[in-house]
Amino acid sequence: MKAQLPIGERITLKHGAGGRAMRALIEQVFLDGAETPSGGIGLAAMDDGAALRVGDRWLVLTTDSHVIHPLFFPGGDIGRLSVSGTVNDLAMMGATEVLALTCSVIVEDGFPAAQLEAVQASIRATSREAAAPIVTGDTKVMGRGELDGLVLNTAGVAFTDRVVPDSGLRPGDRILVTGTLADHGFAVLAARHKLDLQGELRSDVAPINSLVREALAAGGADVVAMKDPTRGGLASALHEMAEKSGVGVVLEERRIPLTGPVRAAAELLGIDPLHVANEGKAVLGVRPDAVNRVLEALRAHPLGREAAVVGTCITEHRGRIILDTGLGRRLLTEPEGEPLPRIC
Amino acid sequence: MTLASDEEVRELKFRDPAQGKALAERLERLTGEIGRAPVAVMHVCGSHEQAIARFGLRHILPRALEVIMGPGCPVCITDVPEVDEGVALAQQGVRLATYGDMLKVPGSAGSLADARAAGARVDVVYSVSQAVELARELDEELVFFATGFETTAVATAAEILRGPPPNFSVLSAHKYIPPVMEIVAEMPETRVEGFLAAGHAATITGWGVFEPFVARHRLPVVVAGFEPLDILAGLVRLVELIRAGTPAVDNMYPRCVTREGNLAAQAQLWRVFRPLGGRWRGIAHVPNGNLRLTDEWAHLDARRRFRIDVSRLWDFAPAALVQRCLCGEIMAGLKSPTDCPLFGRECQPEAPVGACMVSSEGTCRIWHTYGGHPELRTAGEVRP
Repeated sequence: MKAQLPIGERITLKHGAGGRAMRALIEQVFLDGAETPSGGIGLAAMDDGAALRVGDRWLVLTTDSHVIHPLFFPGGDIGRLSVSGTVNDLAMMGATEVLALTCSVIVEDGFPAAQLEAVQASIRATSREAAAPIVTGDTKVMGRGELDGLVLNTAGVAFTDRVVPDSGLRPGDRILVTGTLADHGFAVLAARHKLDLQGELRSDVAPINSLVREALAAGGADVVAMKDPTRGGLASALHEMAEKSGVGVVLEERRIPLTGPVRAAAELLGIDPLHVANEGKAVLGVRPDAVNRVLEALRAHPLGREAAVVGTCITEHRGRIILDTGLGRRLLTEPEGEPLPRIC
Repeated sequence: MTLASDEEVRELKFRDPAQGKALAERLERLTGEIGRAPVAVMHVCGSHEQAIARFGLRHILPRALEVIMGPGCPVCITDVPEVDEGVALAQQGVRLATYGDMLKVPGSAGSLADARAAGARVDVVYSVSQAVELARELDEELVFFATGFETTAVATAAEILRGPPPNFSVLSAHKYIPPVMEIVAEMPETRVEGFLAAGHAATITGWGVFEPFVARHRLPVVVAGFEPLDILAGLVRLVELIRAGTPAVDNMYPRCVTREGNLAAQAQLWRVFRPLGGRWRGIAHVPNGNLRLTDEWAHLDARRRFRIDVSRLWDFAPAALVQRCLCGEIMAGLKSPTDCPLFGRECQPEAPVGACMVSSEGTCRIWHTYGGHPELRTAGEVRP
């Protein structure tokens, strides 16, 4: 295990950036005294959600809060983001049939009603797309300056027969991604800073439970680990999976799917796309024999056409990600702070 | 600007793995022919180190070839008294504009970021022209705290010659690279047998600027670009020259660099700046290593326009941590970041102790970002 980072006296943006600092915050503040449900998965596992035994099935439960600037960006908006985030967290636990969602809205005094209606329309549309009904909610209005515009929280529940953890990797397993990376982060960055980058930088924000369902149907128990590479990007997701599983990973940079505009923006801005957030992608750990089946199933789905095998788990360098650049090798580190402004 | 299509972007010419492998094999053979280890060469450019680290090139370099990053990060070698001048000026209530990297560089009593947190006004700009634009919008004095090597100094010079508004002045911490190569070459403990020179600086100075150095020190210099294949080809040429015992200058970046360089830019540079000896942080006193405004531009020189009182900063005892920082030895190529007891612990990018952890071109920052130099060549070769 790596040494724990001290939190310091104040919580800063880096504690929300999805990297080691955030895990240290959760471990040192929130895990203290947390109870693990008997025979289930609780906070201590720090997985995408909790899993509780109900009869002979698992009830998976997760919650997620969303703030983003701007509220509307190419490819999506905060409404689509908040539904997708929770649906995808459930899916990453293996629970792709969503029973129900909740949605809480906190609005700042003076917020334009038309924008709220647009967000609500997007929430409704995304919930239909994911077959994830919103069954209860809550609304609060706070004073001007007490929050910045709009905060959404969603929670979700779903049943599954098998829970897929993020810790099931062993040496020899292959790492798959379900499509191009870093689209969300770069689209939001460009929109937020009004960067004059032409070309299609569009967020990938989408509920991917139907895509994950196909992968699980094809791979069954050979799909051994899943995680959505949101904040901190592929780098953070893989570090967490490798650390929890006790394996190293060799990642082949040239196999990682990136769109042309993302490649160019990354080069121009000096930002590693592997540190950048995704909101409609998954990282899968798959036993070697099932790789082709799972890859085919992913590629047959409209959200998985660019899926690719990008890495292999190894015995050495436990908890480390080795990036093979095609020209040489180096370690892929986790982003320490926010490589970008807040994007999800 | 327009982003290129998928195909165009993927076909980046200077990153071809097959050619990279061929160059690495040639380098291995040449280094082997020298028949001793290590053969040590130095580059003096943060952008070279960035590319070497980013593409993981150290893992295809011969084990017997040691590529040292020298004092090639302008932010890192900005000396404490220079940072102090900026901090003192800002604390005196004068508005400052500077590059983002300069904000966190520690002086004797904190950084510009600390001064800003305590109420001083410091604007981050991306270029000198942006600072001039800002000055035009203001009704008060604006001092541009200028850092960087000859490449950025030329930009500062051009703005000065263009005629900035009267409320604009320059606090120059610009540095000039060629003299520091002499210092490194003359260090008694130096192991450096050849230099890889930075292509962008040579675009301005021309490769001819290194000829007197080569004649004096009998060490080869090769000018190289910044793509992976540029760097590998530069190293191949440098090791060839070392093996042949031929101290010469060679230009492996001919698509940008000529012998004479950019004469117009040089004329602008030397009309506005004069070389002056001064300390480079952690390295040494470097004769002619600092660029200061000439008398013709005294009216734009913040050091002459304002009375900068740095002495009151000295009342603050230097932080104990700074005394343990190895930045100087790291930049001279004598130590590695992992030799430093602070690296990755007390010294992190968000809270840097030494300047090398501040800039994205600093050795420590680059090691921190790209995971240092562990042995990765054979990892995963025998898969269970």
